[in-house]
Amino acid sequence: MTEIGLGHYLTLGAIIFSIGIIGIFLNRKNIIVILMSIELILLAVNINLVAFSIFLGDLAGQVFTLFILTVAAAEAAIGLAIIVVYYRNSGTIRVEEIDQLKG
Amino acid sequence: MIAHSIFFYTFSIIAVISAIMVTVSKNTVHSVFFLILDFISISCLFIMIGAEFLGMIMLIVYVGAVAVLFLFVVMMLNVAQQKNQWFASQESSGHIPVGLIISTIIFFELIIVIGGWKYKPDLFDINNTTNNFSVSNTHSLGQILYTDYIHVFQLSGMILLIAMIGAIVLTFRKREGVKKQSYLKQISRERSEGVELLEVETNKGVKIDD
Repeated sequence: MTEIGLGHYLTLGAIIFSIGIIGIFLNRKNIIVILMSIELILLAVNINLVAFSIFLGDLAGQVFTLFILTVAAAEAAIGLAIIVVYYRNSGTIRVEEIDQLKG
Repeated sequence: MIAHSIFFYTFSIIAVISAIMVTVSKNTVHSVFFLILDFISISCLFIMIGAEFLGMIMLIVYVGAVAVLFLFVVMMLNVAQQKNQWFASQESSGHIPVGLIISTIIFFELIIVIGGWKYKPDLFDINNTTNNFSVSNTHSLGQILYTDYIHVFQLSGMILLIAMIGAIVLTFRKREGVKKQSYLKQISRERSEGVELLEVETNKGVKIDD
């Protein structure tokens, strides 16, 4: 129990990943929280990559974490820009009222 | 080892609780703050495990840029009126049980995978580059980032450039009735339409056509 191994970090990643999925499903409030849940999921993936990289002694995991960080930042910027434009056009960002695509 | 486990459990419990609070918090601004707390505790974990560079980068990129961007958008859009409407809305949609079931299934699948993981016995012995303490984490990361992964690195720069252009193009709009500087008008102005010489008579002055 006191020896912190790879399994602990992977379990933490699994927990945060599941919380992110719950956040996507449960959210009825506004779409920004869904974006934040996606950030949580990417964070869980980063935890897994860094844990594997450290415990297996291969630095490629950390390099890929860096790239995931880049993609996450780009995704947040584009997503928030889309949200701002949508709010400007329709006046709401509630999840229930965004139904123009009839999905 | 005891200190290591104490710090691990502290930071991970903070991370999990703040991740839960991100999803269930009623106020969106509070969600952003809990997201910041989550990122900070995870980056503390990264620094503790030995990936200092990534921990610091997480702090700079997420807490410094992404979370502030979220906060900015939340405060710019008018979401304060939706403060009291939680996800359990008036008409109970079927999303909540479906979401709970799917995420529990995913969680147990991941736990089964982690629990059933068998390490190759010689896996921890080979190429322990990170345990080479003569070279720091940042140094060794830079050594392979700019050599082996240089093309991917450049590609990620292109991704950032495209994201920047996309965000600017998406949010750009022309407004009517806003006074702006027009360079074309300025540099194409002739002297004849700018300056006019008038003969001023004494005690009469001139009428300036504005």
